[in-house]
Amino acid sequence: MSETAYNFGYLDEQTKRMIRRAILKGLAVPGYQVPFASREMPMPYGWGTGGVQVTAACLTPEDRLKVIDQGADDTTNAVSIRSFFQRTAGVAVTGATRDATLIQTRHRIPEAALTEDQILVYQVPIPEPLRFIEPRETETRKMHSLQEYGLMHVKLYEDIARHGQIATSYAYPVAVEGRYVMDPSPIPKFDNPKLNDCPAIQLFGAGREQRIYALPPYSKVVSLDFDDHPFVASKADHACDLCGSGVSYLDEVIVDDQGGRMFVCSDTDYCGARVAAGQRGRLSPPEAA
Amino acid sequence: MTMAVDALTGGFADAPVESARAFRAVMQALARPGRIETVTGAAPPAPMSVAAGVLLLVLADGTTPVHLAPSHDLPGLRDWLTFHCGCPLVAPEQAVFAVGTWPALQPITRFPVGTPEYPDRSTTLIVERPDLMLGTPALLTGPGIRGEAGLHLPDLAALSANHAQFPLGCDLFFTAGDRLAGLPRSTKVEAL
Repeated sequence: MSETAYNFGYLDEQTKRMIRRAILKGLAVPGYQVPFASREMPMPYGWGTGGVQVTAACLTPEDRLKVIDQGADDTTNAVSIRSFFQRTAGVAVTGATRDATLIQTRHRIPEAALTEDQILVYQVPIPEPLRFIEPRETETRKMHSLQEYGLMHVKLYEDIARHGQIATSYAYPVAVEGRYVMDPSPIPKFDNPKLNDCPAIQLFGAGREQRIYALPPYSKVVSLDFDDHPFVASKADHACDLCGSGVSYLDEVIVDDQGGRMFVCSDTDYCGARVAAGQRGRLSPPEAA
Repeated sequence: MTMAVDALTGGFADAPVESARAFRAVMQALARPGRIETVTGAAPPAPMSVAAGVLLLVLADGTTPVHLAPSHDLPGLRDWLTFHCGCPLVAPEQAVFAVGTWPALQPITRFPVGTPEYPDRSTTLIVERPDLMLGTPALLTGPGIRGEAGLHLPDLAALSANHAQFPLGCDLFFTAGDRLAGLPRSTKVEAL
């Protein structure tokens, strides 16, 4: 079957209306998880079906789409979702954060600052921040309605009691506008400060769990912490071995079986642009004569 | 029973693309209170504005009961909505969307505001206005607003009371001609 046999953006219009209504309610109640009737998508759950449905409901033919998977534009998940929307929506795509109007992301926020003209769509596996503390949906829903978040602080406190510090390093819970506690999806806590006061609209889609939630631009997003154990946006204590950046989030790559390793930027667009601009890291090849 | 011929026209010519573009404008309006967006593509019968028509074409269907306030509860408009959206027309207490002028929608406290467990189950009000620049100038603060924003509103007391129920409350769109502005329940409204 040819791609033109599909509706624009793959989903049918009634499904898009349902998702669009959920997005608007999500924006009106920042951080609250709006239930939606998630559809079967032509990719398995866990591969970003929630983000794909939100993106499909938001895309226009004029958009320029960027898809990243843990910061990279060229990994399987990013490549397949990008080509899915090229085929079903005919949109332009890009790897450059600056040029994108809509960015779908799995587990990272780009290093480059976002603008008012951009929308960031997160793929979310488990949208409920309280789920690993309280498995019953009826209970977590009641806890959100009563703003009863004491258990979340108990979990962070147990980290301190066992490890001497808050050991949660990704999917670090945040409070939105002083009301709802929200799971920011499994982004590293290094990215948490970028959630706050962001000029772009941020949308979160959880396909298997059938939830959509949102952060309007410039929302106040605070990472939970304690006065004597303040939140720290940590990263590996190295500079990138390819571009030399000391401020970007790094992936550790094992390079041999002798314990050799290197650290590289997780954001491939950021790293590539720096290398292209002549920045060098510890393991950069020598300059061509 | 006869249906007016003009009930069959005035929808989107290319629904998937036009509704996608219109939704982006609608989303920006609600995500950034105070911003006024322009939309096109709908030609509903009078007295419904283009912007209100676009909102309903983009968002309403057979699963979303709509309340037509007395100002808009006219046979031509009922037929148009029935044909293009297929939405049930209901009383305020059952409405997912409600359309009308501000006086005709009163009292807005009749509309569902959601429940503590499901604050999303609230009515979205589409308020038809003669001009978005008429009314009481108001100062807006809250999510979606960098610092503060301004908008002309019909009734600050009722809208402040709506905000005071947060996270419950109605969300509103104000429409005039082909222009619309959003006012989510999260926005604090004060006299300028």
